[in-house]
Amino acid sequence: MNVTITVNGKTYTHDIEPRISLVQYLRETLDLTGTHIGCDTSGCGACTVSVNGEAVKSCTMLAVQADGCEVTTIEGMAQNGEMHPIQAAFKEKHGLQCGFCTPGMVMVAADILKNHPNPSEEEIRHGLKGNFCRCTGYHNIVKSIQLAAETLNE
Amino acid sequence: MIPAKFDYIKASSISEAVNLLDKHGYDAKILSGGQSLLPAMKLRLNRPEIVIDIHGIPGMDTIEETGDEVIIGANCTHTQILNSEVVYKNLNIMHQAVQTLGDVQVRNRGTIGGSLAHADPSADYPAVVLACEANIEVEGKNGKRSIAATEFFEGIFTTALEDDEIITAVRFPKIAHGTYLKFYQSASRFAVVGVAVVHEGSGVKVGITGVADTPYRATEVEKAYNGNSDAAEHAVDGVEVMSDHFADSEYRAHLAKVMVKRALEA
Repeated sequence: MNVTITVNGKTYTHDIEPRISLVQYLRETLDLTGTHIGCDTSGCGACTVSVNGEAVKSCTMLAVQADGCEVTTIEGMAQNGEMHPIQAAFKEKHGLQCGFCTPGMVMVAADILKNHPNPSEEEIRHGLKGNFCRCTGYHNIVKSIQLAAETLNE
Repeated sequence: MIPAKFDYIKASSISEAVNLLDKHGYDAKILSGGQSLLPAMKLRLNRPEIVIDIHGIPGMDTIEETGDEVIIGANCTHTQILNSEVVYKNLNIMHQAVQTLGDVQVRNRGTIGGSLAHADPSADYPAVVLACEANIEVEGKNGKRSIAATEFFEGIFTTALEDDEIITAVRFPKIAHGTYLKFYQSASRFAVVGVAVVHEGSGVKVGITGVADTPYRATEVEKAYNGNSDAAEHAVDGVEVMSDHFADSEYRAHLAKVMVKRALEA
């Protein structure tokens, strides 16, 4: 089936088999391997990307469902060689250890901060419920998002 | 994991979706947000030959307030319901329930119609629609009909929907005083026990999910209530309580009584 999707500002048209998930399309067809596959069944959040401005788990969305949509992946966050403030905050606050969950954490953080520009710690932790960090580095992830909120509000 | 092969059809109207369902019957599944269906297909628990995508059908994703009712379109996402002023003001019990449901990403995609049609015995909405005495609006090849929530859930993943019917909307009466409380399964965020209590005059209506293989109205609690939360002792009267590796039946029954008591007192 022919599908047209805009990813990180660039529009692509591909003939895609309906059973291919959005994350597979991103990784295998577009070579955007920054989006990770963890559990592959909606539990872990590693595959989180933004679709039309909302965080979704791209393992649980078919690529054909994204026809006509605007998708942003972790590769689309940095602009002109400058890290996005959320990425910079994760670096500054040591918000990653092994880094596997980090692309998903950054993408869900963008959704949290969109809805809560001045989030409380509770709002951040509530927003992270769908993202697992197997290194259990949650405290610094929360601190990273708090710093990102400050930077974005400057 | 990749689902078994299927044909994907995007329906542009309710009648087109109904016709496709009628034509393909048991081989077809309706896809809205896909948050229950797609994982089930990947795990090959479900392998439809035809997937009919109803996302984007005009008029199915609105929340309306009309006199003494709130009507939520079947394709409304949980996030839409969470952010709705109309729901917050007139149906706060739904606002409470949707806050506990899934996570940000699942709420951004999953829909109320999909969740009800899937009828997971641990889903949150069933308790709320039962306690509110909502009506599930459906459309099939023989036209439209309205199914009382109390008649809708027939068993585990089983509803009163006919093979050719889809849910188009859910009609709720406005609820002035209601509470939803949930004991989480800590990994999945589904309800080990979920309790919805609606106060009406001096009485209550109590919906319970997660406890039995079908969500139910705790009628013995309702009869015994009379302003006294000890009525919660009757939370599982006449109910076969589920037992699984999260909570055995004895513990689950205890949890149900505790959660009903708290919800009655809230």
